[in-house]
Amino acid sequence: MSYGETPSQTVGPYFAYGLTAGQYGYDFTDIADPVVAGQDAKGEHIRITGTVFDANGAPVNDAMIEIWQADADGNYSEKPIDVADTGFRGLGRCGTGTDAKNRFWFDTVKPGVVADAEAPFVNVIVFMRGMLVHAFTRFYFDDEAELNAKDPVLQSVPADRRDTLIAKRVETSTGIEYQIDIHMQGDAETVFFDV
Amino acid sequence: MSTFKPRDWGSHAPLIAPEYKSTILRGPSRSPLAIKSGLTEGTGPRFAPAAVRELDFDLTRNGVVNGEPQGERIVVHGRVMDTDGRPQSNILVEIWQANAAGRYVHKVDQHDAPLDPNFRGSGRCFTDEDGNYKFYTIKPGAYPWGNHFNAWRPNHIHLSLFGPGFATRLVTQMYFPGDPLLELDPIFLGTEDARARERLIAKFSIDRTEEGFALGYQFDIVLRGRNGTPMEN
Ligand SMILES: [Fe+3]
Repeated sequence: MSYGETPSQTVGPYFAYGLTAGQYGYDFTDIADPVVAGQDAKGEHIRITGTVFDANGAPVNDAMIEIWQADADGNYSEKPIDVADTGFRGLGRCGTGTDAKNRFWFDTVKPGVVADAEAPFVNVIVFMRGMLVHAFTRFYFDDEAELNAKDPVLQSVPADRRDTLIAKRVETSTGIEYQIDIHMQGDAETVFFDV
Repeated sequence: MSTFKPRDWGSHAPLIAPEYKSTILRGPSRSPLAIKSGLTEGTGPRFAPAAVRELDFDLTRNGVVNGEPQGERIVVHGRVMDTDGRPQSNILVEIWQANAAGRYVHKVDQHDAPLDPNFRGSGRCFTDEDGNYKFYTIKPGAYPWGNHFNAWRPNHIHLSLFGPGFATRLVTQMYFPGDPLLELDPIFLGTEDARARERLIAKFSIDRTEEGFALGYQFDIVLRGRNGTPMEN
């Protein structure tokens, strides 16, 4: 017996008090937030930040971004999320409605390489009002040019669109930041994946 | 970890569904690029039991300040399974919704309907070992939105699930049987396949209805199945 999948529906404009309550100041706990790795987590501590743009180039102020990544050793956490344990959660969730410029951000560690011949990357899901089906993408890192050049997924992307997946390393006064924007449409439309 | 069967795009809405106007500027214009799913999509977050507190599954009580929330109490039962019918245990289900008057607690919601001081409208629970979940809540009201003249959303509850892997992630909405707004709603109708749309509508259940307390609904959720031989039922 085979069953049909339940259709995806939009997250809508009013998810914040359910899914990102702490970030938005509602009286409810969070199961995930922008902190993917606490201070004790092993690895190079980084911040990933960016803006989601619609087809008109306007920043989206009601998107929700989730990331899922390996730890600094390249392992995905199969244990229940408990930041007190190793300081590493693997999962991050951030709404774009609380930053003055509608940016998302994640405080994390740079992931290790998961499998031979792959570059390090972060898995990303984009949700928002106006999307009936969420979109998967990835963030790669621009200081990994050698590994990026071999990564099978990145190399399967047309060369002129690969840049949409590569975050730029910037040294800021508060630490290392990787910057990457998500463009829903247009010349710089982000590459989304059917996973 | 395991890999998952390809997503059945026939069960989902197109990325741009012009009747739902926001999709025009916000949906990706190009088809997603197929990639082989591996470890990274086959794994997904696991949550400690402490992620769900005692009252998180009961929206009739988890927002109480000084009295009972207004509206019609309901109890929603459901089973989370995959396309092979395998129950999905220990899956986190998050929900949020409008109150009985059709108003969200969310600060951006400007609909001129009353807030309920005793109803927040968000909660969460885990599925049990057989994939079953349950929550108590208030039947949400319909509310207007700006998509077109006289646009009203049918009564609905938003649900968000982490399945067994990042690839099985699902955000959906549960609707109520017999709602006349369904056939006018571009979000519901965004799913083009009528049989798939039916899967978004909960079933009223007198067996789930609790005598003298709450009407019962059943809303089962089906996630992508795994590659490989399905287990025998
Ligand atoms: Fe809604």
